[in-house]
Amino acid sequence: MTNTTHQQECFHCGLPVPPGADYGVEIDGARQPMCCHGCQAVAKAILDAGLGDFYRFRTEKSPQARELVPEQLRELELYDRDDLQKNFVQQDIGEEREAALILEGIVCAACVWLNERHVKALPGVLDFAVNYATHRARVRWDNQRIRLSQILEAISAIGYHAHPFDPGRQEQVYRQEKTRALRRLAVAGLAMVQVMMLAVALYAGDYEGMSDSLRNFLRWVSLLLTTPVILYAARPFFTSAWRDLSRRQLGMDVPVSLAIGAAFVASAWATVTGRGEIYFDSVTMFTFFLLAGRFLEMGARHRAGQAAEELVKLLPATAARLTEAGEERVPVADLAPGDRVLVRPGEGVPADGRVLEGSSSLDESLLTGESLPQVRGVGDLLVGGTVNNESPLVMQVEQVGEATVLSAIVRLLDRAQTEKPAVARLADRVASWFVAALLVIAAGVAWWWWQHDPAHAFSVTLSVLVVTCPCALSLATPAALTAATGALTRLGVLTTRGHALETLARATHVIFDKTGTLTEGRLCLERIELLGSLDRQQCLEIAAALEQASEHPIARALSAEVAARLQVEAISATPGCGIEGLVAGIRYRIGTPDFVRDLQSSPAAGAAALPASVAGVVLGDTQGFLAHFEFGDRLRASAAATIRQLTAMGIDVELLSGDQAAAVQRVAEQLGIQRYQARCLPQDKLRHIQALQASGAVVAMVGDGVNDAPVLAAAQVSLAMGGGTQLAHASADMVLLSEQLPHLADAIRTSRRTLAIIRQNLGWALVYNLIALPLAAAGWVAPWMAAIGMSTSSLVVVVNALRLRRRPDE
Amino acid sequence: MDILFLLIPISLIIMGIAVWVFLWAIRSGQFEDLEGPAHRILMDDDDPRIPRRPNLKGDGD
Repeated sequence: MTNTTHQQECFHCGLPVPPGADYGVEIDGARQPMCCHGCQAVAKAILDAGLGDFYRFRTEKSPQARELVPEQLRELELYDRDDLQKNFVQQDIGEEREAALILEGIVCAACVWLNERHVKALPGVLDFAVNYATHRARVRWDNQRIRLSQILEAISAIGYHAHPFDPGRQEQVYRQEKTRALRRLAVAGLAMVQVMMLAVALYAGDYEGMSDSLRNFLRWVSLLLTTPVILYAARPFFTSAWRDLSRRQLGMDVPVSLAIGAAFVASAWATVTGRGEIYFDSVTMFTFFLLAGRFLEMGARHRAGQAAEELVKLLPATAARLTEAGEERVPVADLAPGDRVLVRPGEGVPADGRVLEGSSSLDESLLTGESLPQVRGVGDLLVGGTVNNESPLVMQVEQVGEATVLSAIVRLLDRAQTEKPAVARLADRVASWFVAALLVIAAGVAWWWWQHDPAHAFSVTLSVLVVTCPCALSLATPAALTAATGALTRLGVLTTRGHALETLARATHVIFDKTGTLTEGRLCLERIELLGSLDRQQCLEIAAALEQASEHPIARALSAEVAARLQVEAISATPGCGIEGLVAGIRYRIGTPDFVRDLQSSPAAGAAALPASVAGVVLGDTQGFLAHFEFGDRLRASAAATIRQLTAMGIDVELLSGDQAAAVQRVAEQLGIQRYQARCLPQDKLRHIQALQASGAVVAMVGDGVNDAPVLAAAQVSLAMGGGTQLAHASADMVLLSEQLPHLADAIRTSRRTLAIIRQNLGWALVYNLIALPLAAAGWVAPWMAAIGMSTSSLVVVVNALRLRRRPDE
Repeated sequence: MDILFLLIPISLIIMGIAVWVFLWAIRSGQFEDLEGPAHRILMDDDDPRIPRRPNLKGDGD
């Protein structure tokens, strides 16, 4: 049961099976189609390991499997060298070693299961644990029984790719920060539960009567329980408030600290003297709620930061240095300016430099966003992190490490990120006015009561401070944001900055970067124009046969169209021009028009003229041209519908792209985008965004390439597609992990609802404060009533915010 | 009600143990991956009770 007539989906990766391909594998008694050798080999490896259950567990299709070529296998073996391992391996007693790995290709929980089962079964592997949230793994192995390269190879065999990495300083800082936050949360949470229980007893005692000794005992226990909360759990608020004050600013943490601190001191005083109210329950509850909100925010921030580290894997780990003695493999960190390095096809360029010998096309899409490979010849600049596609190059290293373009982009990004908190500063300024007003009122009330009734001055002032405690006010925004963030995460939209939702709701312009955001980022055959005597199928088969050995995106697009079945002899590639070969005894060329024309012995009179503009490649033999293939980047399925929805929401949609004018215009017209610019450099995009911002627009930028990172950071709010470069995630405020464009519209809808809920919450908190404040200032509110009022108003705010947890489409 | 003078200190000790267990769990890295375990528990590591026929090795060509 092979497939010949209709398009089938690959059982492993879900891509269409090319017609004529025959790579079936028997799974669970049924023969399942596969699209290529890679997927077939992976499926067989999974079955042979007895892990066929993977196909029942998984919830997503796996990524298409790539087979490792012998050079890549040799590259893996380099990871066994001790001098390279010292960068990322912890060596324990004897030959036990431990390394951290970045795992590529994890799409669902079944992938984690498959990897763990498969790798743990290898003899010599002591432990292997995958972190599903971060896609990192830790492996421990016995170096006498298994080599690291064998482990990496085993992971490749089941269709994933693992790179060792240095967990580095950043990772440790994150872990420490998270551990500390969790400890504070644990202390505050457990103390809160206990203190609340005692508080209920004390409130009941006020009505039902309670012996003084028991009452004092319960108060002392409450004091004992609250002390660690103040001294340990609430410390971040006090340090942050102190930092604000020493910079002569008033942040939200100032009244928070004042309320917590004053309530605690007053309660402690009341406990010691045995007179007055205690507010230990309010203190612990308040601390716990605030800590919980900040913990959730921290988690999202860390996830964004970890993605930045994955940029490191753009650079290869080793390079082939050419010396007089010959070729030697060295770690990239050992390269120095002046070294001569051989870069084979399929390898990454290890550092910035110039071409000494050879010429080839390079995939620079990660750095420049340019989707077509760029031809580089002798004397041309090579940028570290780009990938050599066609033929071997010898390069001279000019810049290494910090001096490379890649590092510069990362630094630019860092700077853009530190410049960002303008929005946060505005929020702080507004908050500081509120806080200042609150403090002035409290001071005024204290002064008035001191003049008229000194005995009640302290308790009334405290009531004012507690009742106006910005609890509801400070919960209003974070509670709504957290609930909305959770709802969006379930949709596959990850929010990495607190302000993103607020800003997105106010967005007036959405600017797309074409490559990879509106399109799938993969070339495919769009049109064939027949110029000779051969029919469409024959031309395709000849072209695919000629291109079968090439890694060029055009070659991949052709072989996706038709299986290469014809035998080719005497094949030779001319980088930047095309490929020549003998098929069934006839010499053909495929490539640029000039290259193909050179093959024609005499400009045959009968040969069809080429169309005026050639956008793709042409195929020809010695007699003349045969066909003209045009390639394009296919639009994402839902792009047009999303643009319509955005426009209906009153948002201006624009397109800024680094691509060719014709391609950008075509995409814009297909999608109905009125305003677009082509051939934009990152600086142009930056300037355009800044001009829009100067005219009062709130810009939301949707991008994906590394070159977008500074632009993403400059827009008020930025979104990255999940499939894009990991770095873009790092600077983006939101990430569309689902890669579904309609979720962009959902995100804007949710953010607008969030803003509405925040306004309701703030309105409620304000009304509550306006009513409660005069009552408290007049001395009509006992502090326990103030505490209940404060808690109730917070509860109303939180419950209101929880309404956002429904999915946006309900 | 005098029993409370005994019970509450006991509850404090239990709470202390709870805090200690929590801190131990944090230290041993149980909070590092909050998503994976929820899925992992659904993955059966047992062999199916009804043995399936052995897998055939692909198709060969």
